[in-house]
Amino acid sequence: MSDVCNNQTRILEVKDLFVSFTEEKSSLFDKKKKIDVLNGISFDMYEGEIVGLVGESGCGKSTLAKSILGLNKITKGDIIHYSQYPQMIFQDPYNSLNPSKTIEFILEESLKNLTKLNVEERRQKAKKRLEQVGLDDHYLIHKPGELSGGQRQRVCIANALMLDPKLLIADEPVSALDVTIQAQIIKLLAGLQKELGLSILFISHDLRVVYELCDRVMIMKDGKIIEDGTVDEVYRNPQTDYTKQLLLSAGIM
Amino acid sequence: MNLRIKKNANSIMGIVLTAIVVIPAIIGIFWTPYDPETINGSLKLAGASWAHPFGCDNFGRDILSRIMLGSSTTFLIGMGTVIGGAVVGTLVGALTGFYGGVIDEVLMRFNDVMLSFPSLLLALTFVAIFGPGKYRVMWALAIAFVPSFARIIRAEFKRVKNMDYVKAARLSGASDFRIMYVHILPNTVKVLINAVLIGFNNAVLAEAGLSFLGIGVQPPDASLGRMLSDSQTYLFTKPSYAIIPGMAIIVMVLGVSMIGKEVE
Repeated sequence: MSDVCNNQTRILEVKDLFVSFTEEKSSLFDKKKKIDVLNGISFDMYEGEIVGLVGESGCGKSTLAKSILGLNKITKGDIIHYSQYPQMIFQDPYNSLNPSKTIEFILEESLKNLTKLNVEERRQKAKKRLEQVGLDDHYLIHKPGELSGGQRQRVCIANALMLDPKLLIADEPVSALDVTIQAQIIKLLAGLQKELGLSILFISHDLRVVYELCDRVMIMKDGKIIEDGTVDEVYRNPQTDYTKQLLLSAGIM
Repeated sequence: MNLRIKKNANSIMGIVLTAIVVIPAIIGIFWTPYDPETINGSLKLAGASWAHPFGCDNFGRDILSRIMLGSSTTFLIGMGTVIGGAVVGTLVGALTGFYGGVIDEVLMRFNDVMLSFPSLLLALTFVAIFGPGKYRVMWALAIAFVPSFARIIRAEFKRVKNMDYVKAARLSGASDFRIMYVHILPNTVKVLINAVLIGFNNAVLAEAGLSFLGIGVQPPDASLGRMLSDSQTYLFTKPSYAIIPGMAIIVMVLGVSMIGKEVE
């Protein structure tokens, strides 16, 4: 698998990434506390692959995702994108759509800001994307408050695809949804990945979902990637105790 | 987020009470039964009659006409104050809440100092600087009201800016201004409306207070506070002269706060 990857075009390069936050002082005389979240992360992603990123909560998965997209400051290291407008699908669909705007407004926002498409072209594209995620175009006039969790997450996916990104980061996109809806959304993501040739960094703590969906998996612990390989390699022959533990507790090993 | 007023007894009552004062006040801007400033010695402290339903004051001026004009002055000062305070306060609150850092520290510490004075005292200070008069009182109160609006809006901006949809907007290439104006501001409207309604009430009371102390609206202009102040001397000879403007203030404030409770 890794040989195949090397022949493919690189889409993302993360080199020796460090991120730390300073905790807000609770009183004037407190010293600033520094919390290291990411401690030297390096990996590459290639076109068309789905990479799972697994780790317990608090290990820095979401921070890594946000750092890659430039949503928080990095302390040290490089992030090199080989594609335009990488996008993100957020964990909580109840928090990731602006409640005061219509779906049409939300979907067309990025086109307004970054392209020269006119009103009609923007609407056509929004309709097309909605259709691709399995929603009727009558949802355009609705506001997020009128949609269910699964529908909202579909809208989020449509929104992430508006600028035709090559790289998509999905931060636990199904963990806030019902189990039945989870399966639908995973299927949708897999289908879209094939259809559009996306690369997806799929963040999850569900090893079973990762096994089904991903080509490659990275295991993260305490702000470091401790294991990186194809799903088969890692699941059949885990190199670290931590990975073994994870697999055991998921009932896979 | 759709703003609407819940339809229940409370809100209907609020609207009715507000209307009782505000409709005559609006009419009072354009028309009053008598000229509110014409002095007529023969009608001095006249009681209620068909010609003058609320009687006349110590200068023989028709109280109904003066109440209509006075409510409109008070109403306009209240409106001007909250609009001025809300616009500047929102601007300051948005910038500090959104950017944080040094601007936030500097402006908010200054804000804290301003907030540590009661806003009436702060308004008194500004009146002392600007001098009395109806528009100057409005300016003074507006400045005194900025800190509380800034504080409320800052907290809202800080809350909303961490929402995932704001991050999504950033990934959509929205500029800082666009994020603040299009993505955050509409989601603070609920809080802003409530702050405006409460602020309006405080402004009405503050105007009444300042005018009562004699440093607000100056004669011959009428305002509810001014009339209360003028009526002090006649409290025992003609109590209705004090009670009527007092009731107008109470009804307006009560009505607006009842509406404020039912906005969602």
